[in-house]
Amino acid sequence: MSVVTSYARALAVREGRAQPIATVRHLHLAADPMVLIPLRLAGEAAAPLGAMVGNDPARPRLLVVPQPRNRDLRFAFMAELARIVLPYIESRATATETVTGKNERERYLDAPQVIVPGRGAVEFVRLLGRSTRFRRTDGPYPVDPAVPVLGQWLTFLYERAEFAGSSALVPMTEALTLHWATGQSPMEDANLATLLAWICPPPGLDAREAAAAAEDPAHRPPAGPDTDPGFDAQVLRPAIEAYDASGSPEQVREALRTQLEPTWRLMWQAVDLLRGLPEAASVVDRWALDRDRYTREIARLAEGGPPRGRRDQAGSAAARLWDMESARQSYDAQRAYDDPLVMAEHRATGKAFAGEVVHVEADRMILLPGGRKPVLRPLVTVRSADPVRLAPGKKVFSAHRRRQSGEIVEVDGDLVVVQLNDQLAKGAGVPAAGDAVCFTELDLGGRIRPGFPAAEETPWTHGGPPAAYEPTDEDAEEAWS
Amino acid sequence: MSSSTHRLDALRGGAAPVDHSARTVAALAGNPGCDRRAVLDAAGISKRNTAVHLGHPAPFGQSPFALARARSFEELVKADRWAHLRRLLRETLGLPISGISCVDIGAGGDATREPRHARTREELRRALEEGERADGERAGGGEAALVERPLLRLPVAGHEVYLEPAVVVVRAGGRFHIVEIKSFAVIDGAADPAQVAAASRLSAVYVYALKAMFAAEGVDPGLVSHEVVLVCPKDFANHPTATLLDVRLQLAALRRQLSRLTRVDRILDRLPADLTFSLEQSTDELARAVRTVEARYAPECLSTCEMAYFCRSDARAAGSLDVLGRVTRDDLGGLGSVDAVLDLASGEHGAPAGHAEIAEQLRHVHSIYREHAAAVVA
Repeated sequence: MSVVTSYARALAVREGRAQPIATVRHLHLAADPMVLIPLRLAGEAAAPLGAMVGNDPARPRLLVVPQPRNRDLRFAFMAELARIVLPYIESRATATETVTGKNERERYLDAPQVIVPGRGAVEFVRLLGRSTRFRRTDGPYPVDPAVPVLGQWLTFLYERAEFAGSSALVPMTEALTLHWATGQSPMEDANLATLLAWICPPPGLDAREAAAAAEDPAHRPPAGPDTDPGFDAQVLRPAIEAYDASGSPEQVREALRTQLEPTWRLMWQAVDLLRGLPEAASVVDRWALDRDRYTREIARLAEGGPPRGRRDQAGSAAARLWDMESARQSYDAQRAYDDPLVMAEHRATGKAFAGEVVHVEADRMILLPGGRKPVLRPLVTVRSADPVRLAPGKKVFSAHRRRQSGEIVEVDGDLVVVQLNDQLAKGAGVPAAGDAVCFTELDLGGRIRPGFPAAEETPWTHGGPPAAYEPTDEDAEEAWS
Repeated sequence: MSSSTHRLDALRGGAAPVDHSARTVAALAGNPGCDRRAVLDAAGISKRNTAVHLGHPAPFGQSPFALARARSFEELVKADRWAHLRRLLRETLGLPISGISCVDIGAGGDATREPRHARTREELRRALEEGERADGERAGGGEAALVERPLLRLPVAGHEVYLEPAVVVVRAGGRFHIVEIKSFAVIDGAADPAQVAAASRLSAVYVYALKAMFAAEGVDPGLVSHEVVLVCPKDFANHPTATLLDVRLQLAALRRQLSRLTRVDRILDRLPADLTFSLEQSTDELARAVRTVEARYAPECLSTCEMAYFCRSDARAAGSLDVLGRVTRDDLGGLGSVDAVLDLASGEHGAPAGHAEIAEQLRHVHSIYREHAAAVVA
């Protein structure tokens, strides 16, 4: 974690309330996000038990599997889920914009955003996608045509969630802990109910008391995907037995409603909380990336694109890893540039410094090694109280003029001399004495991915060229017991 | 030993002792500095009942669905004289195993621990000798020997504890393997890393105990393989699959942690002579008694120790930084309490010796934080 967050945690304990660790919202929040709270039968890898889903807080849709061990009922549940989720996802694909540049393309103006309670639900989305995307609508075990399509989209959402800064599939607890530090441990922050109790305790209640009350599963059922063992034994088991005896799912429905409704309310309360924060400057760029991927996936599926294989191939895995690292680097840097509280962390560790310009040598010309003509390289002297740990020669970027880079020339006590190297055209881009500035070594990234060998040129070190993936009958007919 | 045994019996009061399990040993090794846990476990005190009496019950419980699933999967693996396991041993160990001989030590049901442990030793020795004989006859590996529900014994914190593994020990091709049957799924060759890590930690305890037992019997502990046979359902079906789990790392960690455990005798020496954790006393009296033994709370305890909610409540009341997790503790450079951090940060107190660096950092963070967070708090 970080010393600023840790300090804010200590402060939260004393104040009896969560403390902000961000001044702006670092994720995109759609006008109508879809909230999905999936539940799973305990002890099973991916047996859906029920879900509450929808994009209207006033109209949650409750889906249940009255006998979770019954394969047909599971697929009926997935088909029903598809009838709610697919129209939401597919209806984002309406108006487009043209993205100009080297890779000119059309891009949808909107994309789906699905919000789940936490990391466990993200993982469950992956497994639900994995267990449905290979299914076929013909053959020995035909399923509803919507099921494999849903499987492909759930897989898409999960894969976006692996990229730092994507807002396509958002685990709510992590969205909240990105913006607030509580007076409990990160492990306990994974509980949506206690986390929200710390951030906005009910009126008149201290967050510590509110969080303690929210820990009681009878009072605040777990946000899933696993249900409370006590609930399983005392309520769910008899309800499933009643279904087996009578064929009526009502008792299971009502049981699951009691478990899902409190979380449903918490999820929308959290959405409102996040909406209260102004959006950070870089969020729009990252959301554009989600829209790009969404546009591509819509096109791929329209062409009958096959489901993603069970395992990655070496080449695509390497490219994907590179993309993930690059996304992580940009995301970390962007958040710092966008938010002085995030930058505070880097200032505290000496990777950035902020201060006031005390002296400027705006028209300094020097001869670069090997150069013939002197070039403009202004010097800016900054007085900073921060513990600067950047050595002379270190490349730094201006937090205020994002693409401007420079290098550290000298650090002397609280004075830092920076030489500006670019973005100096037309005399602009040089701060004046008295200006507040901030420089950091954090690189916004955005480099072009190096060329990886094509699949058919995969080197022997990586297993040689892989066989092309063809979905098999075996995949389609896989047991789901 | 016998005086400390008496002492531990007295601490327990009239209640019957609770057995250690691999889970408790792994948890103890995970937090070797916790005297409270070491004493309660060594005395065989039910931490669950103690926590309930203290008004801080731990919400540990397993869903009946999870239990049923685990049971049915285990039965599947055992069906037809372990037919699945025989197949899996052939596949994972690459041995031509045809038959299997089985002994269930727990079959008698109510046998006390000492005879069951003796029987475990006897059966393992027989399995060993049979294996040597078979090797001598060049029939090596044809017949595997399986010992179900053995009762192992190992010294923890200078005190012998019994371990009742829910697993089996199998001798195949002259080596002994721990077989662990778990009902979490292996999907496309990968399982939930947290579950695998937990399974490795538990298995390491069994391997450790088995090696210790072999050494005590004068048999080469190297015959116990550090590769555990983990049997899990494959993908979304119920079909068992097996993986060899190398637990050398966990074994080394366990050995190191167990050797670091404060000897219980030494902790007992510091406790009042009339101390008891008997549940026949009032909640306040019990709480006072429990507090005489120092605990080392960390949020990880919440998932491994029944006493955790009591200890957390105490740690919170004391304003300890322990409740915020180890990362935060490390970030705050060894300071102990919330007050210490915030007082240093606001500059109300000078930095105590050895904390100058963190004090300066905190004052700096404090001033930046005040400047920028004020806008949000509004």
